[in-house]
Amino acid sequence: MTSSTYQAIADIIAEHALLDVGLVKPDTTVDELGLDSLGMVETLFAIEELFDISIPFNASDIENNSFDTSTVATIVAGVEELLSLKDN
Amino acid sequence: MSKNRVVITGQGTINPIGSSVSETWDGMSSGRCAIGPLDIEDLDRLSIRIGGQVEGYVPEDHFTRQELALYDRFTQFALIAAGEALDDAGITLDDRLADKCGVVIGTAGGGLNTWNSSYRAVYAEGKNRVHPFVVPKLMNNAAASHISMTFTLRGPSFSVSTACASSNHAIGLAFGMVRDGTTPVMLTGGSESMLCFGGIKAWEALRVMSSDTCRPFSANRSGMVQGEGAAVFVLEEREHALARNACIIAEVLGFCMTSDAGDIVVPSKDGAARAMSGAIGDAGIDPESIGYINAHGTGTVANDRTECMAIIEVFGDHADRLMLSSTKSMHGHLIGGTGAVELLACTLALKRGVIAPTIGFQAPDPECPLDVVPNEARQASVSHVMSNAFAFGGLNAVLVLGSSD
Repeated sequence: MTSSTYQAIADIIAEHALLDVGLVKPDTTVDELGLDSLGMVETLFAIEELFDISIPFNASDIENNSFDTSTVATIVAGVEELLSLKDN
Repeated sequence: MSKNRVVITGQGTINPIGSSVSETWDGMSSGRCAIGPLDIEDLDRLSIRIGGQVEGYVPEDHFTRQELALYDRFTQFALIAAGEALDDAGITLDDRLADKCGVVIGTAGGGLNTWNSSYRAVYAEGKNRVHPFVVPKLMNNAAASHISMTFTLRGPSFSVSTACASSNHAIGLAFGMVRDGTTPVMLTGGSESMLCFGGIKAWEALRVMSSDTCRPFSANRSGMVQGEGAAVFVLEEREHALARNACIIAEVLGFCMTSDAGDIVVPSKDGAARAMSGAIGDAGIDPESIGYINAHGTGTVANDRTECMAIIEVFGDHADRLMLSSTKSMHGHLIGGTGAVELLACTLALKRGVIAPTIGFQAPDPECPLDVVPNEARQASVSHVMSNAFAFGGLNAVLVLGSSD
């Protein structure tokens, strides 16, 4: 995981979860972050804006989402995959 | 002061299922799915490409060029529905009645197509002027005003905006005015036309829209699908209707509004339950009298689950005996217009004894353990029905209707 991508995403998550960025670790779960559904869509929007990507995520269909939002690390991995698809 | 009894003597509609009440009733009875691929400008820039559009609609078939310069699509739909409702009611509005009769229309977004095309013109196309009628065209009260003007209604008229509960709030307030004697006749209903690039793009961002279809209460539901359309009803004081030998479609018995005072988008079981109990109490009936509920049933995980829990809380054991369906599975979520079009499922139940189905149902969800009338309409005689609307912002409005017999 690219350190700068991870840090940018951690900063965004910390801002929307109203947490100190030091509390945002790779294995921190969405529940531990205290992000509700609106908080999650806002976070994804900020990530989309920063990286100019489109994240496929349906709040009503979480089990079938190809983009895994369960932990910080899975979110970063999902973003990196979308970025690599964009570059190709 | 005693309360007047209020009846529905006319109804009209244009919506994805049909361009009249009889087409809509037939479509609901046959479980017709009116959700399909969208045909709108800038579709290629949208992720969500399905919706419930009014099919084969040509504005020029209904209105002149000068009229269309003033009528946003939501106003056009409202006018068509109002015209059918007044014809259906067969009521002659003499001066005395015209002075009293008004119109209350629910809409969440008003003239959104006008907003959308005007913004496109100035921002995307760089134009430096917009059409002079943009303001009166997009204003939320445009539909109510044009109905008042076209049909010469000089009584109390206004627009109500409570997101997805707009229609129910509008109908409830009009009901109150007839019930308390303010006026013997009112037109009321709702209209929405948000199927434009901006409208859908905004909803996409909330990530609650399905790209599959609308499957309320199904375990594999994946969100809501938007539709457009309008429905309008003539509400009349019962003695007034009987005196002119009007055909009475149903009686409006109760109405209740509550606020969740909770989350701006997540629904609350408590707010919903209080609205349903309140409407039953206002109607002066026992909960066990309700045979059918037209659900809010948007097809999102949150709404459908919360709504079922609220119904179980209000009805107890009777929840297992009543029927519940979401016609949004057929026409989509008409946002501010949805409660009005859905009231047609209620009058269908009372007048024809047909319970509209929840189509697209594929698998039962243990968190929605009620009879959702899956996929096929059902013949059933019910004496009382309920229509739910639980909106963004925690605003709830529930109507109870009874048979005209």
